[in-house]
Amino acid sequence: MIPTKKEMEQCWDGRFPFKLFEILQSSMVSIAGLGGLGSHIAVMLARSGVGKLHLVDFDCVEMSNLNRQEYDVRHIGQYKTQALCQRLLEINPYIEIVTDTLRITAENASTLFSKSPIVCEAFDMPDQKAMLINTVLEQCPNTVIVSGNGMAGYGSANTIQTRKFNKRLYICGDEKTDVQSGIGLMAPRVSVCAGHQANQVIRILLNETENELC
Amino acid sequence: MYVNGKQEMLSKKISLLEYLQQKGYQPLYVAVEKNGCIIPRADYQTTFLEQTDTLEIVQFVGGG
Repeated sequence: MIPTKKEMEQCWDGRFPFKLFEILQSSMVSIAGLGGLGSHIAVMLARSGVGKLHLVDFDCVEMSNLNRQEYDVRHIGQYKTQALCQRLLEINPYIEIVTDTLRITAENASTLFSKSPIVCEAFDMPDQKAMLINTVLEQCPNTVIVSGNGMAGYGSANTIQTRKFNKRLYICGDEKTDVQSGIGLMAPRVSVCAGHQANQVIRILLNETENELC
Repeated sequence: MYVNGKQEMLSKKISLLEYLQQKGYQPLYVAVEKNGCIIPRADYQTTFLEQTDTLEIVQFVGGG
């Protein structure tokens, strides 16, 4: 049986201060790219109580995604926006989700994200990552970006870190390991990096960024 | 000039685009801050570097 919204809120309330829960509940976070990083970030933010997620991706779930992304066989062939929506509503039936099923470009990024306080960059290709980050930094002055950069292979997870590049850009990852060098992407390191990104989003929402190493 | 916290000598006046290419960066994969301001990608060729500048460069790699 699906719990009521009140029952779920009461459960959250018992876990950490209500004031923090209220802040997370009233927050909106955009996620650009719903692959290994984005799909895990979305799930972690939904579990943490973030009230509204904006999910953007043009792609469909493929079998090759199942090694590291938050999808399962029932989702193969579905748009990632649609599949992830289903997954998130199973975790929290009361989360608000807005989806855009389209390819993000330098031309539409500002329209998509200028009203978002936080965007998670969760793309796969380096030119696309740089395109989104530069466009948001140039054109969306009120938006902070949390980017994933370097999480390929199965080297030490301890090399994945979060650093503050400037007031509006945080970079999570080892900043080195490149999937194009043939080492592949595996669920553990991709999830560690997604965890860094989701944690940094929560720190920004709860205003913890002044007291930080990164 | 300081680049990512390390001091470097500039031998001649050089554009940001030339600098990135000389140092082996892929200009389409980077974001660059000069003296605390993000340099728009369209300005890499017309932005010239000086010995007093401080650059922060991040290059993105594939995977996600």
